[in-house]
Amino acid sequence: MSMNAQSRLQEILSKGEFAVTAECGPPRGATPEVVRKKGELLKGFVDAVNVTDNQTAIVRMSSIAACSHLLQMGLEPVMQMVTRDRNRIALQSDIMGAYSLGIKNILCLSGDHQSFGSQPDALNVFDIDSMNLIRTVQIMRDQGKDMSGFELNGPPRMFIGAAANPFADPFEYRVIRLAKKIDAGADFIQTQCIYNMDRFKEWMKMAREEGLTEKVHILGGVTPLKSAGMAKFMNNKVAGMDVPEPLIKRMAGVPKERAVEEGINICLETIAELHNIEGVHGVHIMAIEWEEIVGQIVESAGLTPRP
Amino acid sequence: MIVAEQKPLSEIKEIIAPYKKILILGCGTCVKTCFAGGEDEVAVLASALRLACKKDGKKIEIEELTIERQCEDEFIRESAPAVSRNQGVLSLACGAGVQALARRYAKTPVLPGVNTTFIGVLETQGVFTEECSGCGNCRLDIFGGICPVTRCAKKLLNGPCGGSQNGKCEINPETDCAWQLIIDRLKTLGQMDNLRKYIPPKNWCTSLSGGPRKLVREDHII
Repeated sequence: MSMNAQSRLQEILSKGEFAVTAECGPPRGATPEVVRKKGELLKGFVDAVNVTDNQTAIVRMSSIAACSHLLQMGLEPVMQMVTRDRNRIALQSDIMGAYSLGIKNILCLSGDHQSFGSQPDALNVFDIDSMNLIRTVQIMRDQGKDMSGFELNGPPRMFIGAAANPFADPFEYRVIRLAKKIDAGADFIQTQCIYNMDRFKEWMKMAREEGLTEKVHILGGVTPLKSAGMAKFMNNKVAGMDVPEPLIKRMAGVPKERAVEEGINICLETIAELHNIEGVHGVHIMAIEWEEIVGQIVESAGLTPRP
Repeated sequence: MIVAEQKPLSEIKEIIAPYKKILILGCGTCVKTCFAGGEDEVAVLASALRLACKKDGKKIEIEELTIERQCEDEFIRESAPAVSRNQGVLSLACGAGVQALARRYAKTPVLPGVNTTFIGVLETQGVFTEECSGCGNCRLDIFGGICPVTRCAKKLLNGPCGGSQNGKCEINPETDCAWQLIIDRLKTLGQMDNLRKYIPPKNWCTSLSGGPRKLVREDHII
């Protein structure tokens, strides 16, 4: 792991503290107040806010701009960047532009396919893949060069994140892919939402056996469920998501008015378990369009005050 | 082969609407093999159009002809007498064939009768799948003979995305995950080490992205 980057998230993780991050989806519009409102809800409860990049391939305010609004409020953003919409020229340019604005964390992703979005007739780019993007940011940071080898006047010293989905197939390749992402330059890993704890633990065990948890900070992803319907939807309709049957039954087993509470309970139990897994260095809370619940979850999980 | 699909009859009717004498020109190579534009398809389409035009009360003369290949001038020339007898040519060849005809017959409108879809294979009878993007820089050697550039919806070179489940692609449960196929095959071949290696960004210069391509074979130029 390079010590070049200077983000607060990196500081917290390298001190060995259990990090807390949350997600913020920019609005489908040009109003900065929406971002600021979400920022206010998260302020004081998280170490960094992860800002999505046109997630599910739906056009939204750019991640860079939304990150910039959060920065102005004193929040630390993690800028998501997908390779779906920009070629290598635009990606490198935006990485430097983002850093120039004070954005110090990046999460490198390939991105949801445009067929899931509101404009499925769009042309996708995928000039490079997420692995290539990680390596690109690392070379820009550590060697101070762009992809052509040109020496940059002031390298972007980003703290580099990548995603991992322990619940996707083929399972046996998932740890190899994690190792490749670490080799490519990932400093931290954000996982897909964890509902299948057995499978997550198995994946973590494999990662530990390969020595990967010594090389990277893994943040376990959680999303509080709101209803049994949401649990079923996530399991059946969201690509790469695994919500085990007993969990769906548990959500269905409580009266409707208590479903939200039960979803939060499950989320808190997951966080407590994550805390005890060797190699898990933090939690990433993805409360989709439900940012107001994050503070309560962080407090109830005993993770306040934040450093 | 180049796989094509015949346009819907309604669209073809619209395309040929301005003409009273039309030649339907088939091609005996790729489009014949994928049942889109060979001799049989020319005959079936001609009958269907005659019937449809009769129903609409429109007078039209349709001539039928199929040549060996519409992408080679040597064969294209065989169609010259038939072309000269008609006001326009409805070509059932791929886009390359349509353009090669247009190049030879400067004064005759050449119209497309098929949609050229992809370079692919006949998977089972009646089912064709895309296998190659013609990117001009083949690395099937490291991917176990399965192309991620073409068969992965995200063109990923370094392994499957988080949406691969039960061997299927996230964008369509009918579509195989190319990476599952690659991993399975490399396991069989004992070449899984290929997948531990970092694959650098692809050089797209040789693809269409680098501009329209031309191949010059000095050794064949007379």
